[in-house]
Amino acid sequence: MTDEELIAETSEGPQELQDLDDTSPEELAIEQGSAMRLPEGLVLDPGDIDVEFGSDETMIINMGPQHPSTHGVLRIMLELEGETVMRSKPIIGYLHTGMEKTGEQLTYVQGATNVTRMDYLSPLHNELVYSLAVEALLGIEIPRRATWIRMLMTELNRIASHVMWMATNGMDLASTSMMIYGFRDREMILSFFEKTTGLRMNHDYIRPGGVAADLPDGWEDDVTAIIDTIPGRVDEYDGMLTGQPIFKQRTEGVGIISPELAIAMSATGPILRASGVAWDLRRDMPYLAYDEVDFDVIVGTVGDTYDRYAVRLNEIRESCKIVRQCIDKMPLGDYRAQDKKVTPPPRARIDESMEALIHHFKIFTRGFEVPDGEVYVAIESPRGELGCYMVSDGSNKPYRMHIRGPSFVNLQTLPPLLRGGLIADAIAVISSVDPVMGEVDR
Amino acid sequence: MGLEDLKHNFLTGSLEELVKWARRSSVWPATFGLACCAIEMMAAGAADFDLARFGMEVFRGSPRQADLMVVAGRVSQKMAPVLRQVYDQMVEPKWVISMGVCASTGGMFNNYAIVQGVDQIVPVDVYAPGCPPNPQTLIHAILTLHEKIRLGELTQRRPGETGAGIDLAAEPAPPGWVAPPSGVRLGTPR
Amino acid sequence: MGGTAFGRTPGDTALMGGVVSPGAELAGAGVIASSGALSQEVLHVTREGYLNVLVSLREGGFDMCADLCAVDYLRHLDRALPEGVVAERFEVVVNLVSIARHQRVRVRVQVPESDPVVSSLFHLYPGSENMEREAFDMYGVRFEGHPDLTRILMPDDWEGHPLRKDYSVGRVPVQFKEAPGPR
Repeated sequence: MTDEELIAETSEGPQELQDLDDTSPEELAIEQGSAMRLPEGLVLDPGDIDVEFGSDETMIINMGPQHPSTHGVLRIMLELEGETVMRSKPIIGYLHTGMEKTGEQLTYVQGATNVTRMDYLSPLHNELVYSLAVEALLGIEIPRRATWIRMLMTELNRIASHVMWMATNGMDLASTSMMIYGFRDREMILSFFEKTTGLRMNHDYIRPGGVAADLPDGWEDDVTAIIDTIPGRVDEYDGMLTGQPIFKQRTEGVGIISPELAIAMSATGPILRASGVAWDLRRDMPYLAYDEVDFDVIVGTVGDTYDRYAVRLNEIRESCKIVRQCIDKMPLGDYRAQDKKVTPPPRARIDESMEALIHHFKIFTRGFEVPDGEVYVAIESPRGELGCYMVSDGSNKPYRMHIRGPSFVNLQTLPPLLRGGLIADAIAVISSVDPVMGEVDR
Repeated sequence: MGLEDLKHNFLTGSLEELVKWARRSSVWPATFGLACCAIEMMAAGAADFDLARFGMEVFRGSPRQADLMVVAGRVSQKMAPVLRQVYDQMVEPKWVISMGVCASTGGMFNNYAIVQGVDQIVPVDVYAPGCPPNPQTLIHAILTLHEKIRLGELTQRRPGETGAGIDLAAEPAPPGWVAPPSGVRLGTPR
Repeated sequence: MGGTAFGRTPGDTALMGGVVSPGAELAGAGVIASSGALSQEVLHVTREGYLNVLVSLREGGFDMCADLCAVDYLRHLDRALPEGVVAERFEVVVNLVSIARHQRVRVRVQVPESDPVVSSLFHLYPGSENMEREAFDMYGVRFEGHPDLTRILMPDDWEGHPLRKDYSVGRVPVQFKEAPGPR
């Protein structure tokens, strides 16, 4: 295939950033970063950048979908005047997997395997939101121990995800040592996950009805070892990055988002909290047992890249606090709901009881039926509000399973944030928005 | 110890062996991480499963400077032409490792959106199964690739190949050409 | 029932810190019916009243649009709907959040197959831009007033709307070599 043919094949037509003359005023406003219908003072005005807008010397360049920045297959087209970004447009869909369609073909038991691969940095959160939606439709209660195990595992996953973010953020800001340190800490948590769930990533551990297996013996020691090491390491990274002049210059004042703009753009998670809005679903609309644990919600002041970094850094510390409380308060009991329709029997009973064998067979081949209904549940994933809108029609497969991916919505904040900055700032900002393309494209 | 203490200060070997040794000892991967497998690939490059001991820790941003493309993750319909474009931009000799089941066969996503196996687009040298494969599995795949380079021929890596192009239908193998040993499969002990 | 973590039982959504439920306030202003689905307030609106209801909700404090999606009810046209709501093939579902009052509300509007057009919420909630593009891409529901209604997840020249129920999954038959023959 010739070069021209290949370029034609990879072009996405109207989805890309068009020339200035071919862009409608409304589209131009989005690409320039002003959100509509905001009060006059908040609408960005082209006069606020030093560079003259609309001159003939702008250049449209394409960043991605394959690029060294470690944030997956995100493609951004930038219109540059020199090195200053005037307009930008993210183009996504390069990882679209049809998971929502696949979700309609899989039974409720199998669904967690599909959903877990959406946000692959925090797979347990995806499984959690899916399981909560199914349990809400079924109307079953899950045992307290299962709830606390879920909380422990998802908070550990939050720590792993934020440490991974610090690693890739450091890498994007040219601190390769941060990348290596971050992965070292993540390995500790992943080996605990492997011990408990069987897999390092994409666990399929949190299932409708509870969790797949109980915590292994000696888990308190393993988790305590993790929780005793991580805060010390986080203090090291704090010392390495927070006060460092180069890091501060690259992140302070870069990519500022105001609270009104963040709410208007439906941005949630660290982006919203860094701009000053104290909204955390764990505290404000508690799920699992978050109303029984004590933790702080970290809120920033300015809303720039530095604040987002600080919010995530401190959220690691808060998650460590929550995990400690989980270790202390973990109740005894069942790790799955004892509902024969939903939970398969323990393996040993299959040899003894015909009924157990039949239940096992039915659950793993046909699954269970869920009554008619619809529900929207949302949890706080490391990236923001992760929601699941599920419609059931009484059969053993979801009729509609829609996952509200926080990164999909947070990406809309990119044009306002990139505007007026340099390309190097663009890398820092994209990294601080922390998109995971698996949940953007699903 | 100085040079005068060295008894044997000449190394001899065939040119082919030396070039193949150089090639397999510093295979530089191009960053082509797509999805979950990319995280495991990064973990393989990081501290606990160090890829630097194989000379591979430099993930080149530009495909023109890379030898190996590790397709790590699911390839969607929109990404397929981009994948081919990046592959074409790489300079010979180049190899492809298909990491994970999604890249090898489409994995658990047998639907409209995912290309069912990246070998429909680019020729693959080693397949690494797993969802996602452990970093150890990826390292095994890389070592298998090193074996393949070691046992293969310098100028003709695939039957019918004429040189820089991968046109499988272009020329048949010349008479007397012997295919490299086909026993180089993942799992074959060294 | 409703013993989940989202557990206020249906029925007490009416009063929450002294604020009357939005459904009760807006009845008649385009809202046909209001129901409590698993302790979540759901408003069913007509296409004509959709934008007005959302403007009132926004003024009433629901400042963030958490989610907007579409559903294709082709295989489930007999779903349970409140009195007065005419079932159509598509539904657009909007979930709103009030940050100050810690409250959620859901709005459902029926969209017929013959004329799949709904007003866009972009001017009210700029954060709905990507979500509406996705609903258009996956279902073919058009949003009037959206500044850039192009495909977002599929390639630009893709034909068809993948999440519709009459669009096949696209499964490729898998043949396993060396699989043992029938025993």
